[in-house]
Amino acid sequence: MRTDRFLRIALPTATVAAFLLAWTAYVHTAEVSAFILPTPLQIVSAFIGLVSDAEIWRHALVTVIEAVSGFLIAVVLGITLGMAMARIQMLEWAFKPFIVCLQLIPKIALAPLFILWFGFGLESKIVIAAALSFFPVFSNALVAFRSVEPGDRDVFTMLQANPVQRFTMLDLPTALPVVLAGMEVAVVMSMIGAIVGEFIGGNEGLGYLAVAMLQELQVPGLFAVIVLLTLIGLTLYTLIAQLRGWLTPWHASVAGRSQDA
Amino acid sequence: MKMDNAADIRAADIRLAGVGKTFGQGEHAVRAIGDATLDMQRGDFISLLGPSGCGKTTLLRIIAGLERPSEGEIVVRGHPVWEGGKRSAEATRPVSMMFQEARLFPWFTVAENVALPLRLRGVRKAEREARAHALCETVGLKGFERMRPSSLSGGMRQRASLARALITEPQVLLLDEPFGALDAMTRDTLNMELMSVCAQAQVTTILVTHSITEAAFLSDRVVVLAARPARITEVIEMPFERPRTLDLQRNPEFQDMLVRLRASLTGGH
Repeated sequence: MRTDRFLRIALPTATVAAFLLAWTAYVHTAEVSAFILPTPLQIVSAFIGLVSDAEIWRHALVTVIEAVSGFLIAVVLGITLGMAMARIQMLEWAFKPFIVCLQLIPKIALAPLFILWFGFGLESKIVIAAALSFFPVFSNALVAFRSVEPGDRDVFTMLQANPVQRFTMLDLPTALPVVLAGMEVAVVMSMIGAIVGEFIGGNEGLGYLAVAMLQELQVPGLFAVIVLLTLIGLTLYTLIAQLRGWLTPWHASVAGRSQDA
Repeated sequence: MKMDNAADIRAADIRLAGVGKTFGQGEHAVRAIGDATLDMQRGDFISLLGPSGCGKTTLLRIIAGLERPSEGEIVVRGHPVWEGGKRSAEATRPVSMMFQEARLFPWFTVAENVALPLRLRGVRKAEREARAHALCETVGLKGFERMRPSSLSGGMRQRASLARALITEPQVLLLDEPFGALDAMTRDTLNMELMSVCAQAQVTTILVTHSITEAAFLSDRVVVLAARPARITEVIEMPFERPRTLDLQRNPEFQDMLVRLRASLTGGH
């Protein structure tokens, strides 16, 4: 067991180290220009330079606000609509085809339109982030609130539970694991939405900064921005995964994880 | 079936009068149960015995108020189960039901599952916890109260399910093959415990089963059902004295009764 634990840390470390070494070796031996591909060390020093500049945190904050706001809108709308359609068949018949059609539009292509409608400020990016992250929440919520077993409903019927008790003690706990899995996907989508929005228009945010770096051919800086974006994405994702552990500790996906640790 | 006199019918704990159920309509209609008439006194233990597809579970679900009868009436303790197309709270409140699966909820601990009926009735936390712990001890779940249902064995889960059914101190217990999926030894143990609980508290019990031995051993009367068309074919008295022990199953009279029940099942008459 102890060697297992050691290997589980040592093996991924070795893989990453080998990758970074090969990368460095390639840049040196093939004499690749630092404008095309900097070495990992150059990226690290660019990253340190980047995060020690106060300006960067203003940009980062903008991107986080956009992504998180869009995500929250998607969560509220997605859960509400998914839950309503799971309960009321007529609503699903009326709106599901419409929502699926909307989903089939490549939403990135709508980004310029949203900029046109909502301007170059935060609003348009929030809308793009919300549009991208809505569907994973919605479709998971629809399935989740449908998946309460008739036998479990019978138990609550026999116990004469009122509608509120049914919702809080049966429907919600049944649905939560699947809804939270949808939210894990959605939070990543919301980051993509915010960054794409910043690529297209505006003058703040990490997406904007990435484009600015490219135009100045500051390639190590561009990589540093990508690293920072990845770290922010990782943080948001971990927060949702943590939330899942707190809210649904009984669920197999969580229980299995705690056994691994 | 022996005819009860008028006074008995008024005192009946559970009364079924011409209960029938048809699923679907027109050509696709399937008759699940037909013309079921039965009276039970307080403390009676009866079994619904029949092959699969004879509508025994449907009949139990109708008595529980989980299924609406297409015709006929069910009265529990003087209250019709269905009133004006609605499930009556008065008729179903004294009723507890156990299902084929334990139906415990993974987001609650064992004790919380057992206490759930009290929680839904607004009983204070301290009181329901105390009662749940006491009942866990009675059904042999001491030490398991804080565990999740997923870490219990099948037999332990049904014990918890039994405790949940008993915590409201029901007057009527409806059992849909609750121990059917368990091994024979666990099943015998749980049946013995069930019998003593029902006898002590004068609980009127209806058990759905396809085990002839189980039906004969536990019941005061066995209601034999047949399929196609689904109906009650015979009601047979089990004249064995109580309290009963597992030794009864080796008794020649008991063996004769099993033969009689088997004949009733296969002959349909």
